[in-house]
Amino acid sequence: MTFTHPHNSDERKWQLDIHHNGNDLLVVSCSGRWCLDQDLPSIETIQVEMDNALGRISFNTTQLSAWDTGFLAFLQSLLSLCAQRGITIDQDGLPKGVRHLLAMATAVPEQKAAKKRRKKQSLFFQVGSATIDFFRGAPEMLHFLGEITVSFGRLISGRARFRWSDLWWEIEEVGPRALIIVSVISLLVGLILAYLGADQLRLVGAQIFIADLVAIGMVREIGALMTGIIIAGRTGAAFAAQLGTMQVNEEIDAFKTLGLSPIDFLVLPRMLALMMMVPLLTLYASFVGMLAGLLVSATIFNISMFEYYNETLRALELKHFLVGLSKGSVYGAIVAYAGCLRGMQCGRSAESVGEAATSAVVTGILLITIAASLMTIIFYQLGI
Amino acid sequence: MNETPHIEIRNLTMAYGDFVIQHDLNFVVNKGDIFVIMGENGCGKTTLMRALIGLQRPALGTVFYDGEDFWNVDLDQQARLKRRLGIMFQGGALWSSLTLAENVALPLKEYTDLAQRRISDIVSFKLALVGLAGFEDFYPSELSGGMKKRASLARAMALDPEILVIDEPSSGLDPLTASRLDDLILELRDSLGATIVVITHELASILGIGTNSIFLDNESHTMINTGNPREALTSGDPRVRHFLTRGVT
Ligand SMILES: Nc1ncnc2c1ncn2[C@@H]1O[C@H](COP(=O)(O)OP(=O)(O)OP(=O)(O)O)[C@@H](O)[C@H]1O
Ligand SMILES: [Mg+2]
Repeated sequence: MTFTHPHNSDERKWQLDIHHNGNDLLVVSCSGRWCLDQDLPSIETIQVEMDNALGRISFNTTQLSAWDTGFLAFLQSLLSLCAQRGITIDQDGLPKGVRHLLAMATAVPEQKAAKKRRKKQSLFFQVGSATIDFFRGAPEMLHFLGEITVSFGRLISGRARFRWSDLWWEIEEVGPRALIIVSVISLLVGLILAYLGADQLRLVGAQIFIADLVAIGMVREIGALMTGIIIAGRTGAAFAAQLGTMQVNEEIDAFKTLGLSPIDFLVLPRMLALMMMVPLLTLYASFVGMLAGLLVSATIFNISMFEYYNETLRALELKHFLVGLSKGSVYGAIVAYAGCLRGMQCGRSAESVGEAATSAVVTGILLITIAASLMTIIFYQLGI
Repeated sequence: MNETPHIEIRNLTMAYGDFVIQHDLNFVVNKGDIFVIMGENGCGKTTLMRALIGLQRPALGTVFYDGEDFWNVDLDQQARLKRRLGIMFQGGALWSSLTLAENVALPLKEYTDLAQRRISDIVSFKLALVGLAGFEDFYPSELSGGMKKRASLARAMALDPEILVIDEPSSGLDPLTASRLDDLILELRDSLGATIVVITHELASILGIGTNSIFLDNESHTMINTGNPREALTSGDPRVRHFLTRGVT
């Protein structure tokens, strides 16, 4: 039986002849060019012939003009087919290089146990495993929270070991460098708030109360909330990516094997930096928001700057600042916690670093929103 | 004497900013050579490789492949030249989001129009050649360091490149695997006609399979032409002998 290149009968193309010699020998003759740039036959082509082969296969390659990996891959599948069927192979007829390379390919036996096929999972399965993962995740999150608390304990008792220069570096990174984005967003939010308020208050002729609305709104709630969300996107993601990359590079393992706590070294400075800087950024955001309110009121709604200023002073009390600052600290801690948690949980590949960063932002914003609602209710009940 | 050399490095100077790593490198790699680049850690071997394969423009000088000036031809031409190279990076550089089979298959998918079935036969064969048969569906993060290196070699060989550039293949390999790798390199040259440029510290490999070599000196920041490493061991420059005998002479 002869097989040839499907499109061309030029003698430079491949040709495959199979004939029975005696009753149990099959001679496979390969001639012409057996290279990847051609449409080489697959093993299925000669499957039928193989079915008739009883004991032995030998090769004839005297007419073979050129070969490369294409030929080798063909022979290898032939070899494994023969191995399955208990057919002996006589490689003497193959070129020397081919025999050597085939020998190398079989020098290390295939790891059968290692082989695993990844199955596509059903939607049902995915939902189930996501739910299980969620409930498995909760204790882990609490555990991490516990570790951080213990680490803070060590810090207070002066036994936490980390480099103060790291703390300063983080402070600069999360504080001053976030000023521009915080300014832009707070300015716009203040502006929106002033417009919205002015429009409604005008109906009852109480436009001057824009000042109260903007001042209390920004200082108590929105300053902290906006800052928290900005920092979650900016710094939380960065923390997760940094720690995740360190996880990939085994840097975190290196801390552990030295008996150093990666929590002290890596998480503590980041927590501290955010808990210090987010309240300050919150304060700053509130002032920028009030400034925007002032500008809108003065230019659009004809309230004099002096009036607005006085009304703002009258509206603001110390407790509002304390509420805002405490929220800022909590949000800062949440963002640092979420970022570090996801970073430390990161797997060992580039992809998992990306997932860690995404998950840090999602977790951070979710926790901030939950904390914001809880704190608003608590402060209301306490009458603060 | 009059035919154009396969690879020619002419007056090559490599620098990071003002920091000259190596200057005035001149050497020729002939077809069928197993060309060894040696030198101490940090002398600039990897940097030189980056200039050879088009990742880092040299500060001065250039590289010719069969007479074509790699750094001064248009981008299409450069891409065509690059396709003749197979590269194994020092750190493996496997794509972490792809399985081993997908890593090796990607160049085949991009540059050939083979059917999926043929590609997977070839991929299995290449992985078997480096002793990784059966690991097709593993992700790089699930492999040991030495296995990653070997997988990376399988990827470098995917397209049967004319020129194989290998950065430290045997670091991190056990002695048996390292010697199997040497056999494989020899066979790739003899059977598939590849020219091999290999950066290595492995003395057994340097002396065992190297046919020609240069030594990048860390003090003078330029090369010492060492020719056949076995001859360098007995009659070469004292600095090279010192290196090849691990400081004994
Ligand atoms: N991106 C970079 N910027 C500046 N200097 C660099 C950069 N990469 C490498 N170097 C410097 O270039 C020199 C050569 O580095 P290279 O990686 O080429 O060394 P090598 O010979 O491959 O060493 P090894 O044997 O350790 O792999 C080193 O001194 C290194 O500090
Ligand atoms: Mg190097």
